[in-house]
Amino acid sequence: MGEFPQIPMTKRDLLSMIGKSAGAGAMLMAMAPLGQAHASTFTGPINLQGGGTGKSVLILGAGIAGMVAALELTRAGYQVQVLEYNARVGGRCWSLRGGDSYTELGGATQNCTFSDGNYLNPGPWRIPTEHGGVIHYCKELGVPLEPFQQNNYNAYLHHTDAFDGKPQRYKTIQADYYGHVAELLAKAVRQNALSDTVTADDAEILLESLRSWGALDRNMRYVASNAASGRRGWAKGPGGGLTAEPIPSEPMDLSSVLKSGLWRNIATHMTNEHQHAIFQPVGGMDRIAAGFGRAVGHLIRHNAKVTSIRQSDAGVVAEYEDTRTGEKLTAAADYCVCTLPLSILAQIPLNVGPDMAAAIRAVPYRPSLKVGLEFKRRFWEQDEQIYGGITSTNLPISQISYPSDKYGSSGPGVLLAAYSGGSFAYEMTALPPEERIRRTLEMGAMIHPQYREEFVSGISVGWHRVPFVLGCFGMWSEETRARHYSNLCQIDNRVVLAGEHASYIGGWIEGAVTSALDAVTRLHQRIQAA
Amino acid sequence: MNGKIFLGTAGVALFAGLAGAGSRALAQTSADADSPAAAAAHTGFSELGGAALYANICAACHMPAGEGAVGAGFYPALASNPRMIAKGYPLYVVVKGMNGMPPMADMMTDEQVADVVNYIRTNFGNSYSDAVSPAEVAALR
Repeated sequence: MGEFPQIPMTKRDLLSMIGKSAGAGAMLMAMAPLGQAHASTFTGPINLQGGGTGKSVLILGAGIAGMVAALELTRAGYQVQVLEYNARVGGRCWSLRGGDSYTELGGATQNCTFSDGNYLNPGPWRIPTEHGGVIHYCKELGVPLEPFQQNNYNAYLHHTDAFDGKPQRYKTIQADYYGHVAELLAKAVRQNALSDTVTADDAEILLESLRSWGALDRNMRYVASNAASGRRGWAKGPGGGLTAEPIPSEPMDLSSVLKSGLWRNIATHMTNEHQHAIFQPVGGMDRIAAGFGRAVGHLIRHNAKVTSIRQSDAGVVAEYEDTRTGEKLTAAADYCVCTLPLSILAQIPLNVGPDMAAAIRAVPYRPSLKVGLEFKRRFWEQDEQIYGGITSTNLPISQISYPSDKYGSSGPGVLLAAYSGGSFAYEMTALPPEERIRRTLEMGAMIHPQYREEFVSGISVGWHRVPFVLGCFGMWSEETRARHYSNLCQIDNRVVLAGEHASYIGGWIEGAVTSALDAVTRLHQRIQAA
Repeated sequence: MNGKIFLGTAGVALFAGLAGAGSRALAQTSADADSPAAAAAHTGFSELGGAALYANICAACHMPAGEGAVGAGFYPALASNPRMIAKGYPLYVVVKGMNGMPPMADMMTDEQVADVVNYIRTNFGNSYSDAVSPAEVAALR
C-alpha cells in the first residue's frame, strides 16, 4: 500500500482518496481492478489537452458519434462545422410520436397518431449499465434515465409448436427448467456418477446449492411444493383472511420443458448488455439526441446531402447539396471526422488510401424491422399483469415489448409489437406500411387476443428503407474484422471515421460514443504532433 | 437484442399463410449487438420463383418495379440497367453483396439465386435470354 496509511479502509475510502489526489480519470482507472468500472472502453470524460491550435474540423453526420465529436472538439478549441442530411439531429437515435411523419424510400409516408407521451424508438431503445459512455453523456447533458424492464418474469415465452401455441410465463419455464436440471444433477451426484471430478466434500456443497438453485425438496426432488410454486407460480396464490391458504401448482415434466425449446430464451437475458439494471431515457431515445442538440446544435447545418469528400495537403473539402433548395455548396476544414454510415459512405467519392477504401466497402448492413402499435388500453397490465419486459416468440414478429413507463395508467399504450431481423425483415420491408401493420396484428393476436378489440394505430420502420442509412447497422464477421477493421479506424491523412460501424459494439449507441472519443483523441494527438 | 427467431415447420407454415411467404432457418452466427438478427438465426427465404423472390425480398430496397431509390445514398435501379447485360454481374452482386447490400449466399439456394437473377434480367425493361444456371451459382459460392 506504500503511501497509504496502514488503517483499515473500505473500497470507497480508497477510491475517494485516489479521486482527491489524482482526479476522476485516475479514479476510474483505479476502479477497474476492483471490478467496478464500466465494461465498455469508456473510462471517463476525455480532456484533449493543448488546445485546438486554430485548426478547423468538418464533421459529417449529426448522429451521436458526430455530436460527441463536435462537443469534445469544440471544448478543445477547434473550429467545428457539422453537415447533417436530416432536418433533425440524432440519426438512428430517434423516436416517433404523435404528429411525426416519416417518409421511407419509395415514397410511402406514415403519419404517427400516437397519444401524447407514447412513442416508438425505431432504433436503439435501451442503455445497459456497462455502456458508461452513454450514461456519462446523459448525465452531463441533463437527459434523465429510468429503468428499462428487460426481463419480466411474468412476460411470456411463446412457440407455435409448444403447449398448443399457448404462451407460458417466463418464470414457469425458468423454474421448471432449473428445477429439473438440479434434480438430475443431484441424482448423478448421489449415485457417485461424478466422483471422478467432484470430491465427497464438494459433493455435499453441490447438493446443497442444487437444492437452493432448483427449489428442490428435502429428498432432492423437484415436485409440487411451496418452494417450487414460489418461483413458477401457484395454482391458487396466497392471500389474507379465511381463504388465504395457497395451493401449489404442478410442475411440468422434464420432457415437456425440453421439447418446448422455450429454455432457449433464458440465456437471452443473461448477457452483460441485457442484465438489469438497464435504462431508457425518460420520454424516448431521441431525448439523448436532443441533449446533444442543445450542446452543439448551433454548429449543425441540416438538410445537407454530402456528395463528395476530397482531401489534399491543404485540407478537406466536402461538396454537399441543400436538399430543400437544390443549391450546391462546399464546406472546407483542416480535418474531417466522417460519421456517415458505411452504406452511404461507400457510395460517395472519397480519396482515401486503398486499405480504408476497401474497408468502407466491406461491411453489409443488417436488415431490421420495428413495428409500434397503439392500443386503447394497457390490457397486458390490466388483464395479464405484465408490467414492462419482453415476450419472446418464434413468430416472425420475434418479440413484443411492453412499455417500461407509466405503469397502471388508464390511457392508450404503445407496444413494440415486432422487432425482427433476417428474412422476415426483408419480407416485411418489401410490403406497404399498412400491410406490415396488418400482419403484425394478426401474429400478435395469437399471443394477445385483445389486439383485435383494442388496436388504435401503428407505425413501422424497415431499416433498409430508411433514407439516411439504408440498413440497420454494420455487420462484421470475424474475417472482415481481421482484414478491414483497423484499416477502417486508422486516420487517413486528414480523415478519420467514427460511428457504431467503427466499434466492437455495433448497433449500440455506446459503439458510436466510444468510437467518436477514440477518433477525436487520436486526431487531436496527430494535430498536436504535426 | 434479445429476440430469437426459431422457426419450426409450424412457424413456416404459419407465416406462409399470413404472408404468402416464409422463412427457413439456417445457421446462426454473430456476437453483434442490439438486433434480433444478431441473436437470432440467419434465416433463409422460402419463396420460390423469380417473381416471388423479387417481390418479397429485392423490392425492399430496389423497389417493386426495379426503379431503385435515392436518399442520402441510393439503391440502383435495376430497370433498364445496362449492367444487367453481363449475367455474371448481377449474379455476383446477389451472391456476394455489394457495399452495404448483404450477400444472399446464405439466404438463398442456388436455384433461388438463379431464378431471381434471371427474373431481373428478363423484366423491368431488361430482356437478356442467356440464363444463369444453378450450377453457375454453385460455382461462385
